[in-house]
Amino acid sequence: MPAKAPTTNQTSFRSSLARLAPEARPIVPRLIAGLGVGLSASVLAVLVPQVFRAVIDALLRPGAGPSAVVLAAAVVLVMGVFEAVLTFLRRLFVLDPATNVEASLRVKLYRHLQLLPVSFHDGWGSGQLLSRAMTDLNLLRRWLAFGAIYLVISFATVIVGISMLFTISWQLALIFLAAAVPISIYSFRFRRQYVAASRRSQDQAGDLATAVEESVHGIRVLKAFGRSREALENFALQAEGLRETEVTKARHLAVFSMVVTLLPELALGTGLMVGLWLAATGQITVGALAAFFATAAAVANPVEMSGALVGMALTAKTAIDRHYEVMDEPVAITDPVEPTRVSSQPSGAQRAALAFRDVLFAYEPPRPGGVPSDRAKAPQTPGPALASDGCGRPVLRGVNLELAPGETMALVGVTGSGKSTLLQLVPRLYEVSGGAVEIDGVDVRRLPLAELRSLVSVAFEDSTLFSNSIRDNVLLGAPVREGPDADAILEEALDVAQAQFAYSLPEGVDTRIGEEGLSLSGGQRQRIALARAIAAKPSVLVLDDPLSALDVATEERVEARLREVLAETTTLIVAHRPSTVALADRVALLRDGVIDDVGTHSELLARNPHYRYVIASLDTEPRDLDSELDADDSMDDLEEAR
Amino acid sequence: MTAAPRTVATPRGGAPRDHAEDSVDLTREDSRAVRRRSLRLLKDLIHPVRVRFWATLGMVVVSQATKAAGPAIIAFGIDSALPALIHGRSLLVWLAGAMYLAAALTTALLTAGYVTSTAKLSQTMLLDLRVRVFRHTQRLSLDFHEHYTSGRIISRQTSDLEALRDLLDSGVSSLASGVLFMLFTASTVFLLDWMSGVIMLAAAVPMLALARWYQIRSQIAYRASRVASARLIVHFVESMTGIRAVKAFRKEPENNEEFGALTEDYRKVTARSIQLNGILQPGLVLIGNITVSVVLLVAGLRVLDGGLAVGVLLALVLSVKRFYQPIADMAMFYNSFQSAQAALEKVSGLLEEVPTVVPPKDPEPLPDPRGHIRFDRVEFRYGDGPLVLPEFSLDIPAGQTVALVGATGAGKSTLAKLVARFYDVSAGALTLDGVDLRRLSTPDLRRAVVMVTQEAFLFSGSVADNIALGRPTAAREEIEAAAKAVGAHEFISALPDGYDTDVNKRGGRVSAGQRQLISFARAFLAAPAVLILDEATSSLDIPSERLVQAGLSSLLARRGRTAIIIAHRLSTVEIADRVLVMDAGRIIEDGTPEELIRGGGRFAALHGAWRESLV
Repeated sequence: MPAKAPTTNQTSFRSSLARLAPEARPIVPRLIAGLGVGLSASVLAVLVPQVFRAVIDALLRPGAGPSAVVLAAAVVLVMGVFEAVLTFLRRLFVLDPATNVEASLRVKLYRHLQLLPVSFHDGWGSGQLLSRAMTDLNLLRRWLAFGAIYLVISFATVIVGISMLFTISWQLALIFLAAAVPISIYSFRFRRQYVAASRRSQDQAGDLATAVEESVHGIRVLKAFGRSREALENFALQAEGLRETEVTKARHLAVFSMVVTLLPELALGTGLMVGLWLAATGQITVGALAAFFATAAAVANPVEMSGALVGMALTAKTAIDRHYEVMDEPVAITDPVEPTRVSSQPSGAQRAALAFRDVLFAYEPPRPGGVPSDRAKAPQTPGPALASDGCGRPVLRGVNLELAPGETMALVGVTGSGKSTLLQLVPRLYEVSGGAVEIDGVDVRRLPLAELRSLVSVAFEDSTLFSNSIRDNVLLGAPVREGPDADAILEEALDVAQAQFAYSLPEGVDTRIGEEGLSLSGGQRQRIALARAIAAKPSVLVLDDPLSALDVATEERVEARLREVLAETTTLIVAHRPSTVALADRVALLRDGVIDDVGTHSELLARNPHYRYVIASLDTEPRDLDSELDADDSMDDLEEAR
Repeated sequence: MTAAPRTVATPRGGAPRDHAEDSVDLTREDSRAVRRRSLRLLKDLIHPVRVRFWATLGMVVVSQATKAAGPAIIAFGIDSALPALIHGRSLLVWLAGAMYLAAALTTALLTAGYVTSTAKLSQTMLLDLRVRVFRHTQRLSLDFHEHYTSGRIISRQTSDLEALRDLLDSGVSSLASGVLFMLFTASTVFLLDWMSGVIMLAAAVPMLALARWYQIRSQIAYRASRVASARLIVHFVESMTGIRAVKAFRKEPENNEEFGALTEDYRKVTARSIQLNGILQPGLVLIGNITVSVVLLVAGLRVLDGGLAVGVLLALVLSVKRFYQPIADMAMFYNSFQSAQAALEKVSGLLEEVPTVVPPKDPEPLPDPRGHIRFDRVEFRYGDGPLVLPEFSLDIPAGQTVALVGATGAGKSTLAKLVARFYDVSAGALTLDGVDLRRLSTPDLRRAVVMVTQEAFLFSGSVADNIALGRPTAAREEIEAAAKAVGAHEFISALPDGYDTDVNKRGGRVSAGQRQLISFARAFLAAPAVLILDEATSSLDIPSERLVQAGLSSLLARRGRTAIIIAHRLSTVEIADRVLVMDAGRIIEDGTPEELIRGGGRFAALHGAWRESLV
């Protein structure tokens, strides 16, 4: 992955906007049309004071008749109606396309996130991603539909307005202009402060959401240890940080809007005195003086709003940057350029050989979500590990293992030896750092991802299910998802996984589970996840300790049925206990990142002391005195330390 | 990803309870109660900041008055100062100019003042509310958390508070300033010329009608958009947290389709609500412009017959034009008001939830817990549900290690959770060293009793931080000693930054077994008098389990600690002094492992099967 400069947030406004150009291109004509009618409307609004000028001058002329007044009122009426119609058209042109851009950006982001490898997701909280998908893009849409156009219209209105002022009186126009220059200088300075603060507040809000999430998901731990107070203190500290940022932001905005309101008004006050003097000395008419104020009033509003509009543009820029920060993440695991096919077909549970050849693997340093520099500075925010942990130590350093078609291989090793990692290399959830994983002699990297993942089916140690019916969850990877065949697959899978409880749920297998539905226990979830892996009818099945949450009796029943399924499927199964190993034809022992030994359970028991250490139960082997002594020592340490 | 988030079981035997804040149809009485409840909360929140509140309001009032005065000062300049200047007296010109400048300065300074002040006000209130909600959710008992999904609590803390913030930050001040500005402008116009005032007010009628139409329509559209966005968010979060399963089972195309459809729904409702704006805004412009032309006509004619000065005409036109500016903001205010009200109702509902397990007001101290547990004719049921544990008595002397055995749903965890006081007994008494658990302060209770569950949840932060959760004051050596005691030291040292390694998003990079070891180390560090292990070794491999058990037995033996151990796997039972076999909420066998094996009962059968499975 190319190293990204930490200066991403320093990109210029224009370059950020340029990134958006391809997305916005299709709606550019309508944006321009909207801009056109918007500009016309505001020019009309600025021209109205000229009518006041005429009518007031006419009124002050001796012997003036009512016709001038009637005419002026009629002109103002027509112009006013036009302004309203043009305003209506502007919205009509712009709004719908802007929502389309928002929707398409959102869908693209989501698609990209689904393509990004698991290693990316390891480093990014879903809260951070969510705020990019929702809040940021909402903001962007509002800016496109309203902020951007209004910013242009405001500037145009100010320019046209000041030109009109010059036609009235160059002295008065100059006074007004004198106010406009400092505003533009000041808004430039304001830019930097506000961008920094708004970025910080977005990140802090994201972190705060994460803190809430963890406090709720970890509620049992917090309660069990009585640590709610500490959690609260930490949260309060973070919330206070956000509050401070928000107040700082408001203060910047307040000062800015004060300057942009005050300066034009000061110009008007000065203009009043100078204008009265000009009128008294006959250099301008009273009508012209009136037109000056009316025009200035029409221009003052856009100037006043420019503060908010500039702020909005800057926030939109941040949103664009945050969006592309994710979009620029390279999709490291992709379909091959020249895909190969394996002999066996995706469905039909054909037997396939699985082989690991000199497989190396090291976790990449996680990419932090949010701005590294900002997060690193906030001590109360335990940010993700930064690049300091380098590429990490290799977890797997040359794994060689071959599974014959239809063979069931148990994978055994101490906790943290890389068993789960090895499994996840098969469906390319992670990519090997070196070496290759082969199915029927074909490197998995040469298979199209969809095909690979239909050949290989997984049950993870933590069973992630989706908010959906039991049926949809189980049939997620199945070759057929509807009809009698699907029903048969569902029935068999639930039966094998001993998940018949599904039928007795309120709506049977159509019962919705998950966030908006029924909650299942850990053991129930694990069985559904196992059923899902079986229902996929894979050629290669990888199971990560799939029975850990089951009680002994259920485990036994699952194993009895599972054995039939495994007889036909090439299976790699992570095992922590002899009962799981019993499912396998052979056992592979993973130690220090390599396969230490392969053989049947009894062979390994006989010849490999490490295997005995790993798999043998407490009483089948004399207690490991060393480790017990170790533990005793450390208890002494603990005792002394207290 | 962890097992923790969505493995919450519904209370067995009891239907999930409804929560008032989520129900849609409320009786009139209920909705009045809900409104009272939210108002009370709002008052509570305002109370500490009331001085600033009134000061802010004061700034808004004065700033809007000075802002509305502008056109009248101009009229004064044209009608009085100009003739005076023509006659050689310049005093009034200076006066007009000074008044205008003073008004402008006051408006600008006070506007900046109230913008900052409003932000401080709203942020202080939000902070207060955030902390309250957080504290309250922590305080609420486990039975609450088991049926109130985590997603709902999170949305209380995020989107609902966001809605409140929108209202507090800009909504209230824009409403107040808008109303006041219109009021002051109307007064000025009436003072200058009552007839124009009448015209202006007449025009306000269709305007308000338009605003009202908008308000009703937008409310419907707004609700639809909330529903659509909630669906979108749920789907998004689920796909991201479950990304491994999504990829492994090729759910991407299906997800893309579903997300596409949800996005389109959301886009449509959003577009609909913006279209309403597209009618409101031009409508307001139209009515405003028509009114200006009518005022120009009527007032202009009156200038002709000398009833009105020219300067006043200008002031009238300027004021009328500005009069309607706040209406659009005010119409939108109603939206943010509505959503903030709904949010406040939900948040106040959550805050009203009463913890079923409450710490005592005058706790009995337990400075040196020994761990003698006694159930005295205890019964337990979830809420009003059916009896889960029928009446039983049980005495666990200090220092005993008890294993709970039985099928899933036999009531083992329930019994354990009673000891941890995650729930209170429904009848009878449960005592620790002779003191009823309900009479212990939370710090005393948690120092005495610690429960480790199967769901080994890790918080973001370092490994050391996570272990230190057991005892936050612990030094690094103590943390390492605890890790060594459970055999976690080796793998932790092998992590890139050792004990300072960040466990990342939900412990993504440590395996389930390692998570359990870390959570064990936590418990060791806490070193309580009573240790409860609920399936806490399920993901451990045998060597790790062996280490944990060695550490465990030495901890238990050395300190004479009491332990209650629940495990599906009977290896744990080997270190138990006593085994309780449970079935359907009853203890059906009770004795030492040897006695029970010899007795040939259910435990003997289980034990036999287990031994067979070993090799």
